Amino acid sequence: MNVKVLGSGCANCQRLAANVQLALEHAGMTAEVEKVEDIAAIMGYGVTATPALVVDERVLVSGRVPSPSQIEALLRGV
Amino acid sequence: MQATVAGAQRADARAWLLVVAALAVWIVLYRTILPFWDWWVYGVVGLDPATRLGGAVHFFFYDVSKILLLLTGIVFVVTVLRSFLSVERTRALLGGRRAGLGTVLGALLGVATPFCSCSAVPAFIGFVAAGVPLSATLAFLIASPMVDVVAVTLLYGLFGWQIAALYVGAGLVVAIVAATLLGRLRLERFVEGFVFETRVRAGVDPALGLGWADRFALGLDEVGSILRRIWPFLLVGIGLGAAIHGWLPEDLFARIAGPDNPFAVPLAVLLGVPLYTNVVGVIPLVAALQAKGLAMGTLLAFMMSVVALSLPEMILLRRVLKPQLIAIFAAVVAAGIVGVGILFNAVL
Repeated sequence: MNVKVLGSGCANCQRLAANVQLALEHAGMTAEVEKVEDIAAIMGYGVTATPALVVDERVLVSGRVPSPSQIEALLRGV
Repeated sequence: MQATVAGAQRADARAWLLVVAALAVWIVLYRTILPFWDWWVYGVVGLDPATRLGGAVHFFFYDVSKILLLLTGIVFVVTVLRSFLSVERTRALLGGRRAGLGTVLGALLGVATPFCSCSAVPAFIGFVAAGVPLSATLAFLIASPMVDVVAVTLLYGLFGWQIAALYVGAGLVVAIVAATLLGRLRLERFVEGFVFETRVRAGVDPALGLGWADRFALGLDEVGSILRRIWPFLLVGIGLGAAIHGWLPEDLFARIAGPDNPFAVPLAVLLGVPLYTNVVGVIPLVAALQAKGLAMGTLLAFMMSVVALSLPEMILLRRVLKPQLIAIFAAVVAAGIVGVGILFNAVL
């Protein structure tokens, strides 16, 4: 599984990255977590509100920071 | 699938029940804080309401609890309402509009859309690439931070709804007038070229599939994150406000920053630029200064400048706008704010 956190380094983007890490640990899953800060790459996903969560190239969340348990549910659904 | 739908409905019903119960608790608290602090400060601690210390201590505790309650309630409701909109929906609403109506709509949607100025750059590119007129895009970007829910709530708590409404109206007018003017100046050449070449994929709508329980959770999360961020500023601001309230002479500002001083408004706007993060601490402070004769128009202009002309946002926007456009943008918005301040000083 490939997980990307999209956002240009703002506070919410860091919160999202931290929550993703917590969700992965809690679920006992391993995944590559990548931070995407390049604006053109972010736009390439059709995201206009950061932070966004992309799993296996699908945008699952944008413009908000879900809780670790919500992220866990999303990751299990993939 | 049937089971998950029923599960979501049960979760929504439970969430509504909790929200109604919380509303009842909120109303009771809001009604009891004044008698409670009267009893505590004057009765239990035994301070005299007629002394400076008694007045200042009561002012501090009552204002802090009132503002915290107001922020909790209003931020929650606004976040839940805003969750029905998203930057993607706003973009679809604004795409292909003519500049005039689009600019007005852009300012209104700037207020209504959940938006963090840290997404200003992707939003700007997304809007322009989707054919939203530049003036509508700028109106959105000016109005969004200016008519800030925390700032408006504080104005309501400290000055009443008339001043809060006046601020919202003035913020919208500044955004619409400044953006219209900027649109007329044909500034497209100062937008970095790659913006127009960016191809935007059909966006995902983050508001899609949210149930009531999810929306309430978003509201609660926002209340928590705002309160965690602002409480030190709020305590310091109201603390200093209480001290000013009690100890500074009544007519301190009537002479140097009263309505008759033509330099007060531009100076207030300049002072506001570097204070971008501290609007929460700044408002109670200026509220106390207003009681000492600082003119209302000067005060509103100062607040607008604190929230709307933020240095970090300008630096972010530098990635899509050339320096000339950022300078013109800041100058036009600042001029608009100064105009509003002077107007209010003349009529209020």
